[in-house]
Amino acid sequence: MAGATNHQYHILPPDIWPFTGSLSALTFTTGMVMYMHDLAGAFLVLGLGIAGLIATFFSWFSNIVKEAQAGHHTPVVQLHMRYGMILFIASEVMFFVGWFWAWFDFALFPSELTDVIGGIWPPAAIEAVIDPFSLPLLNTLILLCSGTTLTWAHHSLIHGDRESATTGLWLTIALGVVFTAIQVYEYAHAPFAFGQNTYSSAFYMATGFHGFHVLVGTIFLIVCLRRLYLGHFTPRQHFGFEAAAWYWHFVDVVWLFLFVTIYVWGGWGAAIH
Amino acid sequence: MATTADTFQAHHDDAHHDADHKPGFFARWFMSTNHKDIGTLYLIFAIMAGVIGGAVSGIMRMELQEPGIQYLGWWVEFLGGGASDFDKAGHMWNVLITAHGLIMVFFMVMPAMIGGFGNWFVPLMIGAPDMAFPRMNNVSFWLTVAGFLSLMFSAFVPGGTGNGAGTGWTVYAPLSTSGSVGPAVDFAIFSLHLAGAGSILGATNFITTILNMRAPGMTLHKMPLFVWSLLVTAFLLLLALPVLAAAITMLLTDRNFGTTFFDPAGGGDPVLYQHLFWFFGHPEVYIMILPGFGIVSQIVATFSRKPVFGYLGMAYAMVAIGVIGFVVWAHHMYTVGLDVNTKMYFTAATMVIAVPTGVKIFSWIATMWGGSLEFKSPLVWALGFIFLFTVGGVTGVVLANGGIDDNLHDTYYVVAHFHYVLSMGAVFAIFAGFYYWFPKMSGRWHSELLSHVHFWLFFIGVNVVFFPMHFLGMNGMSRRIPDYTPAFTYWNEIASNGYWIIVASMVVFFANIGWALVAGKRAAGNYWGAGATTLEWSLTSPPPFHQFETLPVIEDHHSHHDHIGGRPEKQGARPAAH
Repeated sequence: MAGATNHQYHILPPDIWPFTGSLSALTFTTGMVMYMHDLAGAFLVLGLGIAGLIATFFSWFSNIVKEAQAGHHTPVVQLHMRYGMILFIASEVMFFVGWFWAWFDFALFPSELTDVIGGIWPPAAIEAVIDPFSLPLLNTLILLCSGTTLTWAHHSLIHGDRESATTGLWLTIALGVVFTAIQVYEYAHAPFAFGQNTYSSAFYMATGFHGFHVLVGTIFLIVCLRRLYLGHFTPRQHFGFEAAAWYWHFVDVVWLFLFVTIYVWGGWGAAIH
Repeated sequence: MATTADTFQAHHDDAHHDADHKPGFFARWFMSTNHKDIGTLYLIFAIMAGVIGGAVSGIMRMELQEPGIQYLGWWVEFLGGGASDFDKAGHMWNVLITAHGLIMVFFMVMPAMIGGFGNWFVPLMIGAPDMAFPRMNNVSFWLTVAGFLSLMFSAFVPGGTGNGAGTGWTVYAPLSTSGSVGPAVDFAIFSLHLAGAGSILGATNFITTILNMRAPGMTLHKMPLFVWSLLVTAFLLLLALPVLAAAITMLLTDRNFGTTFFDPAGGGDPVLYQHLFWFFGHPEVYIMILPGFGIVSQIVATFSRKPVFGYLGMAYAMVAIGVIGFVVWAHHMYTVGLDVNTKMYFTAATMVIAVPTGVKIFSWIATMWGGSLEFKSPLVWALGFIFLFTVGGVTGVVLANGGIDDNLHDTYYVVAHFHYVLSMGAVFAIFAGFYYWFPKMSGRWHSELLSHVHFWLFFIGVNVVFFPMHFLGMNGMSRRIPDYTPAFTYWNEIASNGYWIIVASMVVFFANIGWALVAGKRAAGNYWGAGATTLEWSLTSPPPFHQFETLPVIEDHHSHHDHIGGRPEKQGARPAAH
């Protein structure tokens, strides 16, 4: 019994990536400060930081996948990951609460102190808004559809139908990419520029952070697709896939709130671009 | 209850040989995945940050010793800010108060309580071999270090009228936006992003660990109160910090990318920043004190040799404080022009918090009532905590009143209040926990005599510094201003003298640690004896590198006859491990 490990938990060996990752994060933020203040060498520092972060995420998650394949993810460790993912998403929800808080503050109490706003919403400075029932509605349908294809993939996986799972996941990723492309097009053709007033500040930051999350979710799904081809997922154990799906649905729900409160309600009554 | 600890001693004596294999120096301290080593790193980091933050407050107390500007100009030049003038001296003051606040909150109290004691003792107390995510645990620590370094960088680059971020720990706009155009404030903002990311990951780790890794038989209602305190704290971190992240990201884009979240010229509102900040900031003050509640509960029960009075009430009082803590934030902003109904709501909601807090204070007293008290150093510090935190709590109820706060807002009365709950509440709890667990962590005894000397010097010192601030505040002395009318000289001089008493106490503290590490007696496994019933006392001091390789089983104590006597059935039904 001496020295034997009689439990199901995953005790990890020492690992350099937490240190490297933190150092990279500090390099990245330092590079950002240098970039924002036009200091020499900003892009070098920024690039180093980003490269370090990418290397960290890549190696870290590769290690997790390897550990999963090596059988270290016992039922209780999988439960840890479920809790961890739910809690991470909860913190993400609170992050978006901050942006919605700003949006509602501006929209419900439009400033009367400046002609830029003029006490009305959308503000006087916003000559036209994006038609919510044009591309944004299309994007809503695309994301809802992607949620469906993802669920299709998940059910196929559970029933051992890997071919359908692959198709469903491919479709989901494709829909995610189309969403991002449409969002980029929308930004490029929006009737108002970034910043300068509360509407465009909150619009771009809220939808922009959502877009970033779509990007992260898409990468997560692509990793899952690769793992699906490699045969990592079994009908009984595929938490990596489920985590990606949870994240994707979370991003989807955030979009629904954005669509209803920012595109539809928040632009109500303004001229349509 | 005492039997819990003894039951598992046998298992662990077996397992030591192999479980104690440690990696080499670099791997052990820079690549750690061990909750005890990471806890130690956090404690060392917190002590170092505390020394820096404490030194900064020394400059502040020296400056405030008499009216006029004395030392600030010298510090401007010393830190490379060139020839000093009035504006630069004033900015220097802002930088000092900002550094003191941010360092003490994010890099001293939180790392000590949550990162240090939380990492060390949550797994030990619930009978777990480590944290749920040992690798993520390490990134939490190093992100905290990265955040601290970013804050240090900020001191050496331009901020407002001179080097450094001079925004106050609250980073209010517009001082933090159009008022400080240099890169210093960006470094400070990223410092909070980095440390905040580390804390969110840490919170995820603690919640998962506590909910999933309790030893067989340890239901939530048998969990030690320190673990309960960390569970509630972790939820507050998880839900409050992302809102701060959003708020300071808005600061960043307002500063650098032309958004107008807090700029009235584009329809923005600086008050919005205050709402977002305090939606985080109020839970944050409970984040700093709840682990202290947990530590004090363990200590009071240990040295009273009985279970804490009203265990469930104590646990759910912390839950209540955590929940209510999310709906009282605007009591920090009574003077921004809130309407009277809003102030009434926030006044009432804030006062409600006094109820669960009172439950805790009275339950600690009831625990000691009739107990066979042993006035060892941890209990003395815990008693100091209960007394001084109550003083801060009472002035808190005063400040909760929107009408009274119209007068006291931004005066030294507020400074006195939050130092009574933090630098006496939180810090006394940290020292209490330190003396309670130091021999467990290091395997060596500190000197009880020096610990008591440390306590009395510190107790006298902090009261000499902070009690006069009540008078100064009531008389209208403004906080965050380095100069004052000569009428305030008397109490300021006394307060500044108190600082040196605190310095003396810290010398004793470091002498005590040094002595313990060099010549301290070896500590036994359960050195506090029968009163110490939680699982960490079932292990050696220090515990093996990997403990609980066979999980302990928490027995139902129905069959035991407790030494406290009374009704065995009723006693037995109580939690075994609190």
